Amino acid sequence: MSGEVPLWEVFIRPRNGLSHKHVGSIHAADEVMALQAARDVYTRRGEGNSIWVVPSAAITASDPDQAAENFEPTGEKIYRHPTFYDIPDEVGHM
Amino acid sequence: MYSQGLIGADARTDETPEFLEAFQNRIDAEEKIEPNDAMPEGYRRTLVRQIGQHAHSEIVGMLPEGNWITRAPSLRRKAALLAKVQDEGGHGLYLYAAAETLGVSREEMTEELLDGRAKYSSIFNYPTLSWADIGTIGWLVDGAAIMNQIPLCRCSYGPYARAMIRVCKEESFHQRQGYEIVMTLAQGTPDQKAMAQDSLNRWWWPSLMMFGPHDGDSVHGDQSMAWKIKRFSNDELRQKFIDATVPQAEYLGLTIPDPDLKWNEEKGGYDHGPIDWDEFWRVVKGHGPMARDRIKARKKAWDDGAWVREAALAHAEKRKARKLVAE
Amino acid sequence: MALFDAVLELADDHLVLGHRLSEWCGHAPMLEEDLALPNMALDLIGTARTLYDYAAQLEGEGRSEDDMAYLRGEREYRNLLLCERPNEDFAHTVLRQLYFAAFMKPYWEAALSSSDEVIAGVAGKAVKEMAYHIRHAGEWVIRLGDGTDESARRMKDAVEALHIYTGELFEEGAAEGIDALPSRAAIQPAWEATIDEIFGHALLSRPVVQYPQTGGRVGKHGEGLGHLLAEMQSVYRAHPGATW
Repeated sequence: MSGEVPLWEVFIRPRNGLSHKHVGSIHAADEVMALQAARDVYTRRGEGNSIWVVPSAAITASDPDQAAENFEPTGEKIYRHPTFYDIPDEVGHM
Repeated sequence: MYSQGLIGADARTDETPEFLEAFQNRIDAEEKIEPNDAMPEGYRRTLVRQIGQHAHSEIVGMLPEGNWITRAPSLRRKAALLAKVQDEGGHGLYLYAAAETLGVSREEMTEELLDGRAKYSSIFNYPTLSWADIGTIGWLVDGAAIMNQIPLCRCSYGPYARAMIRVCKEESFHQRQGYEIVMTLAQGTPDQKAMAQDSLNRWWWPSLMMFGPHDGDSVHGDQSMAWKIKRFSNDELRQKFIDATVPQAEYLGLTIPDPDLKWNEEKGGYDHGPIDWDEFWRVVKGHGPMARDRIKARKKAWDDGAWVREAALAHAEKRKARKLVAE
Repeated sequence: MALFDAVLELADDHLVLGHRLSEWCGHAPMLEEDLALPNMALDLIGTARTLYDYAAQLEGEGRSEDDMAYLRGEREYRNLLLCERPNEDFAHTVLRQLYFAAFMKPYWEAALSSSDEVIAGVAGKAVKEMAYHIRHAGEWVIRLGDGTDESARRMKDAVEALHIYTGELFEEGAAEGIDALPSRAAIQPAWEATIDEIFGHALLSRPVVQYPQTGGRVGKHGEGLGHLLAEMQSVYRAHPGATW
């Protein structure tokens, strides 16, 4: 049985001005073939004009068990949002 | 086809009641479960099985239609069919990738398909015997698949739901493509019309079987519904499919091969005759007319391709080594 | 009618090669190639359709693109022998694709400035497609040529088997003396440069061919084409006059 062909994550920019967005994965032995596979698989209907491929193994993800300590403390810091501040309507849009 | 994905699934799970309850609460709140999240082993196992079987169905499903790419009777049809079969390959690819987020590799899943441990939809074990079958498959088989797949876009497992959204978007042309073929035949020469009717006769019942056993006989339905891996019962989806399809057949002037089929005013849907469940189980257990040929063809592609994959890996190693030297 | 014949030659090249590639669909060495090969096939079939349609217009006898494709027999097909060669294995398939695309890309580049609007229009689309085919097929030729011992052997076998058909690429055929179409002979240096560049990375060398095989342009094909056409045309011919 042959070895496993590595997995890559594919990111596509739909058009200039937008960021690359994760669209899915493909298998390829190296980065050149990964880009071609991403093009052949994920851009058949004019989905974008730029592709990134990243080895899936190179991605470091945050731990869902730490989600509370990572993301909840920010919830109470409402002074970071514009609606925290009272400005009279007469002043106009700010 | 995806309701059949649960046949043989093992949803047993050994986690604590507290853990299971907390997980169920997330599901009930319509929270999506993502790859690294804690999940009951039974949930993971059920998903691996269902997504894997769904992926295999797409891949094996390339074969019956692929059988007519080289004979498509116009260049327009040839291009459309080729693009469609290519899409099925893409769908298999997205789905394998969704299953891979659960810690199983495409290679492992492929080996399970080839040695018979994993199943795929029973429908693809029937032969395509005329050009009309290409139309009928698009119309009925893809039509049935869409019925199953649209609710899966809201499945609780994020990667599966996202893959299904992409699949459904792409599939929207498949059923139309099929119906247009059947319509052209139904409005064509007497021979063409006969071809279309013969095809409908052969595919109608197997299409109904795609939704899986009756709810009462479906062992794993309840747990999968609770986990929102599955969102409608087999019989609900089958009924929806029949109600949508009968008027489409009438429009074509074709006859659905079920003498018991009639409108039931009270339930607001069609009643249908008995499904041959012996045939269904025979095919599910691997004794469909094309079962051996399908696996043989997949095995040949996999085995014949081994040297190509090995060469690509070997070359990648050489590239890496050369890069290091260059640095 | 000379332009008609020359356009038909080009159309036949594209259809027959596209058909060969389409035979892979569902049987490729990896799933990613099950998508890549049909992409290339669809490019070729698309170009063939435009060219058949144009040929039918030039002829002016009311034939359709499908009549062109489905109602001519093997003696009437004018495709290059290279295009009809069987798939054999993945090495043959990617090499055949590279040989063809490495010719067609400079050919269409030259045709961009054609006085014939249809030809220039086809060229504008096809030149990009062929650039990608060279890249995709070329990268595979490199990986197989410089991969494992087995892949290197298979790649050499493919060169041995297919190179004898490449000389025919540069024959003018029916295009001889037609100003609206590029000179095929003039493409040879560009083709050789592309092949040599890729072969350099693939550890392959371009063989010297003593006895080139030609004849496709006058309908003298290998035995495989008749089977390809018999299969392709079977439904269409079984129902004369039917609409699909």
